[in-house]
Amino acid sequence: MSAPPVRILYCHCAFARVVPTDVKSSVLATLAASGVEFEAVPDLCEMSARQDPRMAELASGPVRLAACYPRAVRGLFEAAGSPLPGSAQILNMRAEPAEKVAAALLTEE
Amino acid sequence: MSRLDTAQVRTVIYEGPGSLPLEANVRSQIMAALLEKGFAVTSLRDRRPVTALPRDFLLVLGRFVSEPPQFHSEVALRFQQIEGMDSGAVVKAAEELQANTGGVKAGAWKPWFPVIDYTRCTNCMQCLSFCLFDVYGVSAGGKIQVRNHDNCKTDCPACSRVCPEVAIMFPKYRHGPINGDQVSEDDMRREAMKVDISALLGGDIYSLLRDRSAKAKSRFSKERDDERALKERQNCLLKLQKEMDIPMEVLASLPSPEAIRAKAEQAAARVRDALTSNSSTPEAS
Repeated sequence: MSAPPVRILYCHCAFARVVPTDVKSSVLATLAASGVEFEAVPDLCEMSARQDPRMAELASGPVRLAACYPRAVRGLFEAAGSPLPGSAQILNMRAEPAEKVAAALLTEE
Repeated sequence: MSRLDTAQVRTVIYEGPGSLPLEANVRSQIMAALLEKGFAVTSLRDRRPVTALPRDFLLVLGRFVSEPPQFHSEVALRFQQIEGMDSGAVVKAAEELQANTGGVKAGAWKPWFPVIDYTRCTNCMQCLSFCLFDVYGVSAGGKIQVRNHDNCKTDCPACSRVCPEVAIMFPKYRHGPINGDQVSEDDMRREAMKVDISALLGGDIYSLLRDRSAKAKSRFSKERDDERALKERQNCLLKLQKEMDIPMEVLASLPSPEAIRAKAEQAAARVRDALTSNSSTPEAS
């Protein structure tokens, strides 16, 4: 049986100016141009506060996320009752350049 | 009802069978425009189920060439032909659906609330004791948790500063480690130096506010020096703002000294109950 595909999640952090605009715009544009399926959410913080059930779905298998600090992202999923698997790859758009984040998101299995 | 319990409109850009693919730049522009307005976007190329809350609405966007495809979905769906539409028109369609369905306008609330790093938290309940706005609660198992997210005062990270384990994060804060950045040795040294908020402020925050208020009242009654009393209060608030990075709006909206005292007593009782319960139920520790 083949392994489930890796989900890709992009957080736009739309309601605060803590992620550099040029970084998130570039990552989103690269993802959109790549042709891969992915989830883009306006704000993971808001999803966590709403206990959004899609967080459970996203945490249920292999996942790569473009968001912010990994400790915060794991905390947000745990707070929503859906801890991320240890294998989840969290890419930090607050601290890493867009090219590095996008390349890691789109890495072939 | 919390504003977080209201319906939302989510969007799906469908480019599978029955819908023509979008140009890459058009796809990117539409996504960015929707996200900026607070709409989640799923980029989809097959008809797999899309998860959403039962109260939510899905707006499926596509360049449909015939009848809209059949989707398995447990939530209300609407299909939107976007052939010839620019990103502004697509956003408008989403906003109209949001308005027609009574959905909450995304972004009406800046998602500012504490996130607990349970790998560091020792369940000491200092945050519960400290918060005046009932943000924290205790689970049935006696574990500290964030209960009322939207009670939290935007841009106020004060509770994270009283946490002795640097376990409280505000992901939208400017600086680490409160923003979730790794906790360094220096951060821990600072916590150790801080010891507690009493040392920092010369008394716990509640008693500080009470004392200052009482002194101000006393001075006012004895000297009728309202200007001096006001200055005293302003100095106290400025010290809190500076040391703890608490927005002035939050300090200005603090409850009365009597209400603060009552809150502190209630919080202390809740902490006692939780800690007593935890000591008798090992699984809660």
